[in-house]
Parts: sequence; C-alpha cells; structure tokens
Amino acid sequence: MAYVTVKGGEQAIDNAHAWLAEERRGDPAVPDVSLAQIEGQLGRAVDRAMGEGSLYDRELAALAVKQAQGDLIEAAFLLRAYRTTLPRFAHSLPIDTTAMLIKRRISAVFKDLPGGQVLGPTYDYTHRLLDFELADGADHVGARRGTADGAAMPRVPDILGHEGLIEPDGDGEAEPGDLTREPLAFPATRDVRLQALARGDEGFLLALGYSTQRGYGGTHPFAGEIRMGEVSVEIEPPELGFAIDIGDITVTECQMVNQFKGSKTTPPQFTRGYGLVFGFSERKAMAMALVDRAMRAEELGEEVTAPAQNVEFVLYHSDNIEATGFVEHLKLPHYVDFQSELQNVRRMQQEVARAMEPAGVGAIDVAPSPLNPLPQGEGESARQGVVSP
Amino acid sequence: MKGYNFAYLDEQTKRMIRRALLKAVAIPGHQVPFGSREMPLPYGWGTGGIQVTASVLGSGDVLKVIDQGADDTTNAVSIRRFFARTAGVQTTTYTADATVIQTRHRIPEKTLRDDQIIVYQVPQPEPLFRLEPSRIETRRMHSLADYGLMHVKLYEDIARFGQISISYDYPVMVNHRYLMSPSPIPAFDNPKMHLMPALQLFGAGREKRIYAIPPWTEVQSLDFNDHPFRPIRAPHPCGLCGATDSYLDEVVIDDRGGRLFVCSDTDHCAERRAAGHVGSEGMKEAAE
Repeated sequence: MAYVTVKGGEQAIDNAHAWLAEERRGDPAVPDVSLAQIEGQLGRAVDRAMGEGSLYDRELAALAVKQAQGDLIEAAFLLRAYRTTLPRFAHSLPIDTTAMLIKRRISAVFKDLPGGQVLGPTYDYTHRLLDFELADGADHVGARRGTADGAAMPRVPDILGHEGLIEPDGDGEAEPGDLTREPLAFPATRDVRLQALARGDEGFLLALGYSTQRGYGGTHPFAGEIRMGEVSVEIEPPELGFAIDIGDITVTECQMVNQFKGSKTTPPQFTRGYGLVFGFSERKAMAMALVDRAMRAEELGEEVTAPAQNVEFVLYHSDNIEATGFVEHLKLPHYVDFQSELQNVRRMQQEVARAMEPAGVGAIDVAPSPLNPLPQGEGESARQGVVSP
Repeated sequence: MKGYNFAYLDEQTKRMIRRALLKAVAIPGHQVPFGSREMPLPYGWGTGGIQVTASVLGSGDVLKVIDQGADDTTNAVSIRRFFARTAGVQTTTYTADATVIQTRHRIPEKTLRDDQIIVYQVPQPEPLFRLEPSRIETRRMHSLADYGLMHVKLYEDIARFGQISISYDYPVMVNHRYLMSPSPIPAFDNPKMHLMPALQLFGAGREKRIYAIPPWTEVQSLDFNDHPFRPIRAPHPCGLCGATDSYLDEVVIDDRGGRLFVCSDTDHCAERRAAGHVGSEGMKEAAE
C-alpha cells in the first residue's frame, strides 16, 4: 500500500475537544456541579486560581476551576487569558491592611498584643483524619457567634517600628511597575518582584522558601504577623478628586520579621519579608515573604549564593503559566529538529566507524599477529579483533 | 469575532508591538523587549509569533501557517483557525499566495518574495543561553559583540567530534553585528535567511522579545575558514515527489527499520506532484 501523508488535524482537534467536554461532564446521571457550589465549597481552589490568575473574581474563578476540571494551573491560565483582554478603567489606591476586617490574625513573636490572637477558620490544629461523616453529607455544626470588640489591630511590624527595631518600610510613593504591561528588566525593583511572587506558582515559592530554611540562603525568619480578612478597594477618579470604595476583597498578608546583624551600610535591626495573596492562601503568603526577603540579599549586603537569593532565577521561573506552556510545548511536533539530529548522529557514527578502521586495509588482508590474534570465525568478528585495542 | 478586536489584540497593544517591530527592523538581529501579552494559547506554543502576526495583519492579507513545514500539523491548524476566527482573514496553504506566513521550525522551500512577510515562532531568542544562562550577562555580551564564548563552543565541537555538532537552531550573525538564534529551524534552512527578499520577523512571547531581519540583509551561519558551514539533509530523494533538494521528514513505516523520506514542506511536495513529479512510492502505487 502506498504511503499517504497524514491529514485531518482539524477533524482530530474537534473530536478531541468533544471528548474532553464529555469527560469534564462525567457521568450524566450525577448532577452537574454549579459555580455557587465551587465558589462556596471549594473556596481554596478558587482562591488559588484567582491568585495565580491575577484576577479577583470569585465567580469567574469558579467557572475556570469547573472548565479546567479542577486543574488549578489550567484554571489560572483561563483567567489570565481573559483578564488580558479587559480594559483598564482605573488604578486602585494601595489597599490598607491595618483597616482589614479581620477573620484571622496571628503573631508568632508576641504572646499577646493589641487586638489579640484570632485563629479564624484555620486547618491548624485540626487532626488530619479523614472525616467519613463528611462523605455521608452530614450537616455541619454552625460556628458559635460573638460580637467583635472593635479593638484596633495594629500590624506587628508597625509595633516594632515605633521602637526603631525594624527597618522602615518603603515609602510607596513611586508608581509601581506592572509586569503584565512591561517586560521584566534588571535590576528588578521590589514592587515588580513582589508582583511576580504574588502571581507566582505556590509550589515553586513553597519549595524556594523551604530551601532558605534548610540553609540555602537562610534569612532567620519569624512570622511577625499573618492576617487574613476583607479590605476595601478604592479608586480616585480624576473628575471626582476623592476616593470611592468599589468593593471588598479578601487577602492574606504575611509579614516576616528577619534577624539582621547589620552591614557596613545598615545598622543591626530587623528586616522585612512581605507576602500578600488574594483570598485565603496562607501557605503561599508565608512562602512569598521568605522568598521576598531572600531576594533582598544583595540590597542588604549579604552574600548571594542560594537559588532563592538569585533574583533573575526566581523571577524567570516563578510563573507557572509560562512554565507549564514551555514544558508542555515539548509535546508539539519536533520532527524537523529531530530529523536534523538523526542525520547528525548518523553522520557522526559513520565518521567514528571510519576512524576505527585501519586506513586502506580490508579485514581479510590482515595477517594474525601475536598482538592481534585473529579470533575464530570470519567477517565482522575477525575485523573487530583487528581494530580493538 | 464578537467581543474581540480584529485579530484579537486591542489596537494599543498592536501599536506597542509595531513600535518594537520598527526598532527590531532598524537594528537587525537585536532582541527588543516588548510587553508580551497573555494569549489564549499557551506560552511556548507560538504566542510570540501570534502577537507579531496579529500586529502586522490587515483585512486584505492572506495567511499561511506552518509547523514543521506542514500546514496540517495540529498546532498550525489551531493557529490558522485562531486567525480565521478572530480576524476573518483569508487563509491558504499555497506559499506563493500568502502575504503573511507564520512558521514554526521551517522556512518554505519556495523562495519568498519582497511582498511577503515571514513570522517565526521563537521559543528561546537568546542564542547564548546554553553557554550563559543569565540574561543580564548575555545582554552585556551582545552590547559588546562579545561572542568569543560561541566561537569557543564551535571550536570545541570540532576538536571533540571533528565537526560542529549543532544541527538546528544554528547560530547566525546578522548584518555582521548581532549573533542571533534563527529559531529551531534545521541548519539546512539557514542559507535561505541570507539576502532574503521577504521581511523576516521573530516573536518570542514567553521570553518577551522581538527581533527582525530586514529584506536583503546579510545573514551568515557561524563557521571557520577550514570548517565551512554545511547544511545537512537526509541523503535521499522525497518518496512522494522525488525532490532531491528539499528538507525531508523521516517516516517510520514498519517495525523492521523501514523508513520513508518525504518532503517536510507539504505545499512544496504537493505542487511538485501536481506538476507530474513522482517519487519511488508513487511509482510503486502506479505498479500496483
């Protein structure tokens, strides 16, 4: 049968996508999962998709999670591809986390402090036992309700700041950079680094943060404070001249307080590592704060030796949408490059084989010698007997 | 397409990309950073080429998209559909009919004309990245035209293997100034870049770089006087059209080492067959 070139990529793609839609739906006898269910009951998945997708919209994120069958990197990708098409009406003012409506606030450095420690809806101290009653759809027991005392909850670094024990925070007056509009350039300023980390892959940041704790660029961190809750987002339209509140978002903030012995240019004082993530994403906020501090090594006159301290390395590899695209592009056809490598290897093998043969001498012409005894047999084996050292 | 601008990108973004393209044309082979957008296709799958194509495409253009030289490979199909859907432009598989050709890994066999634009998808715009991973460093090396590292690599190849072992993405010197990655085209295609009448544009979306070769620009593949550059192709005629000067795909036809070599440029092959050229497979078929 004669060879026929492969055709029909178009039909194959349509068929594959139809199959995908069927797989996504699963057993039609089982009810379809609603966006409200995902938003309400898979909140942490929605949070992660919003954070890495750089778009705060719980409903769209729930849709992305559903469309991606729970693949959160794919969900973040869907959100990113959508957000990039949206017009920009305004830039918000910096959010004020001191005015946060707190759901959780803990400090690992002070036993008690103004506003107290608030555990909030945490997995901490749960025993990780599979709850089979949950599998049976048991009704949950409602949480006890109380009245907030309305006490102010100053942020721990601010408390330390009054005494001059911690470095001052940046003034925040300059216009922050935006990686989604301008390509990364070096040296990358801290605002741009923090943006990259906030959009970065949770797993990547977790591993890098962890590596600093194991000796690869240690930062002597203390979890000064972690807080999670709602903050209002404000914009200041030029025609109004004053700020208006456009809504609330939930964020998790982590401020690491890091020991610092001082350098030629800086007195001994605590230094800061900062993490801020959409939604309730404490693991990522903490990892982000560790990596942020590690990346400040050069600025603080520390030796740069570890991966987490290498700004270029961290920033070029933290984005999981970029990473997944490029890793997975390896499944695209590479027939042409591979073919050129095949020809290359074949040619090099031929040249090696030629070099191994004694010049102008056929195997059968070689007389056996005490150094090169002809083995039993003929042809290939005899020839190899001659050329082998 | 409803809800989206012509060719997907908004006009501001296209303008930003065109500015980068103008700069790239003005400095042949120099990598220009640009504000690469997040596209609805994955990074590494042609987002740079797509953004460049979207920025140069007009409603009267005729677009051809190839991957590995073929119009019917899945990603080429996907990108062609993307533009058919978002720009509504006419598409073609005929190289001669296209005004814009977006490609991954090949340059068509047919000589391109000065009224055509070829847009390359580039995974890794930095030709030095295997030798120096830091882009801070490689940027400095480009600014000083300090390419000794690459020459040493080629020399070491010759010392170790007797020849330069790069078979694709073979580095070129553009306009005697900038070392440039030709994208992962086979070295066989490199000579086609030299003094090409068509405008050559390169887009790297994930790495956020654009570069260009203006028409009729000198493009030299790096080599040494005593080890001149040699383009490689499989030493066979095409099994379908009998061409002996085209780049070939190797097709495995059985599990006993059976191989068939066919043109990687599917349009070139189809055109030759339509003109009556027949390869060994065609002869077999005629005999059956």
